[in-house]
Amino acid sequence: MTIKIKKQSGKSLRQTVEEMSGVDMSLCYQCKKCASGCPVTKYTQSPPSEIIRRLHLGAGDELLESDLVWMCLSCETCYGRCPMDINIPAVIDALRSLALEKGSKSPRGDMPLFNRKFLEAVKAYGRSYDLSMIMGYKLGSGSLMQDVEKFPSMLAKGKMAVLPPSGAEKKVVKRIFDRSKQAKGKKK
Amino acid sequence: MRYAYYPGCSAHSTARDMHESADAVARLLGIDLVEMKGWSCCGATSAHQTDRVMAASLPAANLLLAKEMGLDTVVTCAACYSRMKTANHEITSSADMRAAVADAVGQPYDGSVKVRHFVEILLEDFGIDKLRKRFKKSLNGLKVASYYGCLLVRPGNVTHFDDPENPTSLDRLVTAMGGESIDWPHKVECCGGGLNLTRTDVAVKLSSSIVEMAAASGADCIAVACPMCQASLDLRQKDIDAATGKKHHMPVLYITQLLGLCLGIPEKELGLSRLMVSPAGVLKALQPASSHQV
Ligand code: SF4
Ligand code: SF4
Repeated sequence: MTIKIKKQSGKSLRQTVEEMSGVDMSLCYQCKKCASGCPVTKYTQSPPSEIIRRLHLGAGDELLESDLVWMCLSCETCYGRCPMDINIPAVIDALRSLALEKGSKSPRGDMPLFNRKFLEAVKAYGRSYDLSMIMGYKLGSGSLMQDVEKFPSMLAKGKMAVLPPSGAEKKVVKRIFDRSKQAKGKKK
Repeated sequence: MRYAYYPGCSAHSTARDMHESADAVARLLGIDLVEMKGWSCCGATSAHQTDRVMAASLPAANLLLAKEMGLDTVVTCAACYSRMKTANHEITSSADMRAAVADAVGQPYDGSVKVRHFVEILLEDFGIDKLRKRFKKSLNGLKVASYYGCLLVRPGNVTHFDDPENPTSLDRLVTAMGGESIDWPHKVECCGGGLNLTRTDVAVKLSSSIVEMAAASGADCIAVACPMCQASLDLRQKDIDAATGKKHHMPVLYITQLLGLCLGIPEKELGLSRLMVSPAGVLKALQPASSHQV
């Protein structure tokens, strides 16, 4: 495997990620236990151990476009098994926040769009609203027809609410969103 | 036994059956689940993938409601459980986070409200011996694959739910109900639920391997405690069939639905008709519990 690294000046991505996640990358000795248990290793270009390695080697913002950034399932298997207790899911979450901030390209399957639609509903109703989130995602990603055959039975079985949720204390939710850096409107 | 109950958003959508069955079981056993007034979303995966302070603050707003009630929080959804436990962990271990969360929710929160899963209170507070005495029906040797997934058990230093690699909480309940809890290797594998909408191809591959392994291990059904796992294995079972070219018929029930059946609660109170894969085989196996069954 060849790892290409672009050198950059100023605070390194590694430093920023270490500050955001509280993880000391230098503890990783590349045993790759994280990669062997990771459910998506088979489907991604970069397993979790490689993300850490790239950070060791001084990777820059190109790392934010690695497919694992948005394919990671936050299943916590890597963290649970790392002999050095390295919180990789926290590293990945930090990379995600940075990717959003910098508008980095995301790989196939638009997770940032999904998250935006999910959080828009939470902001509006105080609770998630599957129907609006799914429709919003489908419209935005052009995957309109996928899974449509499931809708009638989900509706019939009461597994999809038609009306938006009610009953939440919306004031505090709104306050949380207003004070959150990411939600402050850098992104659509 | 009184708890501040946090149903979570899925209780009114994909996991209505989980909510209904937990509620019915609690009522029958005299466990008082008092729904928090004005509860809001825990932020689920989308908040922590977006902003760390938001991800800790959304659960904190709800934990503050429990604090006002003076009660421990009980949740049924594994995802809410994980988000609340993680928030408590981050808030207690970092003063910066504590300050940021206090600013976001508008009042201080020290991360001290206990978060428990419904399965934990059944095992630890109610007790399995007392529970066993209440069963009117037995699973009568039905082979059940207990499936825990990720969010209940990992990371172990945050959730403290059970052994993160080989949990047995659900297995113990299955055995108490007279079922045969099968030994299988996929108890804590990930179902891929997080990629359900965005990378359905990958999600279906991961859930396929769980259903296939349960079938290969001889399971008659799978017992779950997480709405995302339930949807990945049940709602997606037709996609799993298409992807694997095999016809599976693997009922996927919430542990609370199985408990409800054995406690003699009527099917319609347990939301069984909401399951996509028919649980008929499970219902057929039920037998009256004999008094000397241990
Ligand atoms: S398991 Fe831990 S130490 Fe081993 S490669 Fe992964 S992060 Fe590094
Ligand atoms: S948390 Fe992400 S990186 Fe770690 S094992 Fe799970 S999917 Fe892989």
